[in-house]
Amino acid sequence: MTSLALTRDRIARVRPGPALAALLIAAFLLLFLVVPVVQVIFVAFQDKTTGAFTLVNFADFFQNDLFMRSFWNSFYVSAMSVVVASLLALPLAYLTTRFEFRGSVLIQSLGIIPLIMPPFIGAVAMQLLFGRNGSVNLLLRDHFGFSIPFMEGLNGVIFVQSIHYFPFILINLSASLKNIDRAMEESAQNLGCHGFRLFRRIVFPLAMPGYVAGASLVFIKVFDDLGTPLLLNVNDMLAPQAYLRISSIGIADPMGYVISVVLIACSLLALWVSALAMRGKDYATVQRGGGGLAKRRLKPLEMVAAYGIVLLILVLVLAPHVGLGLLSFATIWSFSPLPDAFTLKHYHTVFSESGQYITNTLLYASLAALLDVVIGTAIAYLVLRTKLPGRQWLDYIAMAALAVPGVVLGIGYLRSFYGVPMPFTGQPLSNFWLILVFALAIRRLPYALRACTAALQQVSSSLEEAAENLGATKLRTVGRIVVPLMSGGILAGFVTSFATAAVELSATIMLVHSQSDAPLAYGLYVYMQSAAGRGPGAALGIFAVIIVGLGTYLSHVVIERGRRDRGQDH
Amino acid sequence: MLRTSRTVTRSLRNAAAALAVLLLSGTAAFAQDASGKLVIVTSFPKDMTTAFQQAYQKANPKVTVEILNRNTNAGVKYLQETASNNGVDLFWASAPDAFEVLKGAGLLQPYKPKVEGIPEKVGAYPVNDPEGMYAGFAASGYGIMWNSRYMKANDLPIPKEWADLTKPAYYDHVAISAPSRSGTTHLTIETILQGEGWEKGWRTNKEMAGNYRTITERSFGVPDGVNSGAFGVGIVIDFFALSSQASGFPVEFVYPTVTTIVPANVGVVKNAPNKAAAEGFVDFLLSPKGQEVLLEPAIRRLPVNPVTYEKAPAGYPNPFKDKSLGAQVNFDVNVSQARYNVVDALFDQLVTFQLDDLKAATQAIHKAEAALAKKPNDKAKALLGEARDLVAAMPVTAEQAADPQLAGAFTVERKSAKDAVPERQAQVEQKWAAFAKENYANARKKADEAAALAR
Repeated sequence: MTSLALTRDRIARVRPGPALAALLIAAFLLLFLVVPVVQVIFVAFQDKTTGAFTLVNFADFFQNDLFMRSFWNSFYVSAMSVVVASLLALPLAYLTTRFEFRGSVLIQSLGIIPLIMPPFIGAVAMQLLFGRNGSVNLLLRDHFGFSIPFMEGLNGVIFVQSIHYFPFILINLSASLKNIDRAMEESAQNLGCHGFRLFRRIVFPLAMPGYVAGASLVFIKVFDDLGTPLLLNVNDMLAPQAYLRISSIGIADPMGYVISVVLIACSLLALWVSALAMRGKDYATVQRGGGGLAKRRLKPLEMVAAYGIVLLILVLVLAPHVGLGLLSFATIWSFSPLPDAFTLKHYHTVFSESGQYITNTLLYASLAALLDVVIGTAIAYLVLRTKLPGRQWLDYIAMAALAVPGVVLGIGYLRSFYGVPMPFTGQPLSNFWLILVFALAIRRLPYALRACTAALQQVSSSLEEAAENLGATKLRTVGRIVVPLMSGGILAGFVTSFATAAVELSATIMLVHSQSDAPLAYGLYVYMQSAAGRGPGAALGIFAVIIVGLGTYLSHVVIERGRRDRGQDH
Repeated sequence: MLRTSRTVTRSLRNAAAALAVLLLSGTAAFAQDASGKLVIVTSFPKDMTTAFQQAYQKANPKVTVEILNRNTNAGVKYLQETASNNGVDLFWASAPDAFEVLKGAGLLQPYKPKVEGIPEKVGAYPVNDPEGMYAGFAASGYGIMWNSRYMKANDLPIPKEWADLTKPAYYDHVAISAPSRSGTTHLTIETILQGEGWEKGWRTNKEMAGNYRTITERSFGVPDGVNSGAFGVGIVIDFFALSSQASGFPVEFVYPTVTTIVPANVGVVKNAPNKAAAEGFVDFLLSPKGQEVLLEPAIRRLPVNPVTYEKAPAGYPNPFKDKSLGAQVNFDVNVSQARYNVVDALFDQLVTFQLDDLKAATQAIHKAEAALAKKPNDKAKALLGEARDLVAAMPVTAEQAADPQLAGAFTVERKSAKDAVPERQAQVEQKWAAFAKENYANARKKADEAAALAR
């Protein structure tokens, strides 16, 4: 350990490269995150009348019953969502990575689909299936005389959020499990450790970085999420309170911005706690190549049980998308278990009207995700491998983006960039579509960053030292050793960023300035404002799901192939 | 429908052309014939905007219409934030109050439409802004919408008046959107307040609220929920119901006697890049051709040009003929304006954010009422009356609500730092919320006592 610390010191002292990278990233974060957000939220610290600095607004926050109730509700819902999401994600991740399992790539890809729940339309689909008068409850009531309140109150929020966000845990945990050195497991087995004990004492602890990364994302995301509580009409939670304040009741009142500050602070706190939990532990393992844990064959009976569990979970988490699919083919679906009739009309409408939305989305989301993994990898490297002063702050600031409500970021961008004319055209800079890409990248950077950090935590720095001892330059080491070893995590980051950016709405809606530049989420929004638009909206949502699902599947295939190729090289 | 994608390419080409023209001659804006790109920010649904866009472009092939769809609040914010370098020609939305905000901020410019024959008033509401900053082009009324399948399955009677919705039968079956989120709902609440008076009006509003299943955050959330059967009855603006019906959903709609017909508006944005086209569009909206578009099944709004009703299908509501429609209430815009934010905040603090407590109290009252009907008891009756009064009680009177001092807590505009500042918004709201919470808890207790006595 001491020798390791020494080498790290040496690395940090010699290189100007990392410092330059850190400066560039800091500048990017400052320009596209800190400045726009501060432009909006400084109101929280302002006396409404005099404009002087004050903390009285925060005192108001803590003395207000509604806000305190909202605060605890948010906390409770987030914590419970982590629990339920873990219950969904653990079996899927474990079974597909630890055992010879047919279709595990398919399951892993399907597992991410819940993340792509298109705004508005997703909630309609959920209501039609699980709502008080949804298919499930109508059938239950008709046949058994009772119903289950899936979607009522806080429990409804927990239910929907867990289904929606459990892929964060699934993806990061799977990536971690795949990265565990088989030798660890084998040594444990040689020492007589088997079964659940092996999982509990060896495998799960070694996969901890991935799990904590995923769980903290779920917690923060649920804490800050706006769409789900709003669409279930649960408004005594913090994020909806902030949004309602900023966009209506209290446009002139600082409380909305105060809540935003509280949200940001809580997210940073959650992050700090998760970092604390991970501190002082070394998760890196040296050996690579075999593709992680040994895959065991399941006995026939185990096989049945395993498939049963996986199927059950998949049915539950994919139900909203099945509902969405039905809706996209439905003529009228009202107060009945299934639509009245089916039609292809909606797809025809979408095909003829919305091609532009789809190409725009592909372009924006993939650029944003690319930007995210590049920055995410760089920050992870700077934080874990260098001794630059203040490097931790890059991490914190980037993560804070998670807590910035999309509306705040959108307004901040308008305020910061509207007055700046573009070179050559003279159009306002905020009208340039690349600004939209930056907004998406900033909003989704935290996902990529957590994934990359978890990946790098599992790479032992002795591998880099070995490469450098053999004469490789720093850049070459990063390019040939570090990044390839992190590829699983980077991919996980890319996929999450891409998938969620593809359906992001709240910042988009502020920044879209012309139809020809609009992404798919905007198209969905437009459809979902009218009774006749429900079918086409669902069809467009299905397109979003298919695009992202295919993207995910392809990247899995690519990465698996890469892994195999490397394995064969050795 | 391929037309849309072609429109996009065409719009790009035209935009480039317009830019070139603008660069070459500064006089382009004064040209008589409208041409170039016309940018409209609107909250109207695609069904409606597309129909108007196509009709207008057919009549004015040289103009390309670009529609930016945003909800009303976001639209107002967008105009405010981009005013320094404005690229929008028209603001086109329902809620008159959004236009008031824009007018107050000096973001509109006056235009007097050239179309003749538009009446001064629709129902009791003036069609146009007196200063000519914006013009009404269609009217809409508020009413009750329901899902027939839901009503049948739950065996619910068909409602006709607001007061019907206070009946125990509707408990947990009704939905509305928050007035602070939806300008249209705000007007519904305000209409009831003006029609029945402050105290009585709030009583009706709160007794109805005791039956709410949910309070949605978007106006469209209500028709959406009624359409899918998530709840049975919704309080909505007419065209939501009429267009849902036209799309085939099993829903019906009725105007209660106390309703207001309110115009939906259009206004030319200050420093509009294409003023000529913007004004042309306003005139087109009011012309017989434009007004007829309103009759389309997916749109279904009430034209403000009385001539157009001759072409309307049978049974189409006509506020200019049917004098009972919206005439009951003499809607006073100034009264509404003075207490606008206060009414919103009151509704939020007393109803939206206390809905669970309010519903619990209401349910207890309903139960006690049912028990009393079977076995009358004077003491219980008195208790029940007290419980009802507690639910209906308001923390502020009508005079206080109109007091600029109180309204000041909800606005930021203050001339100088020396102006007296009342309380902070958060303080006021906390006080109201505590008031409501306590009253609802007491009301529930009294109703429970009454029920016990009648047992």
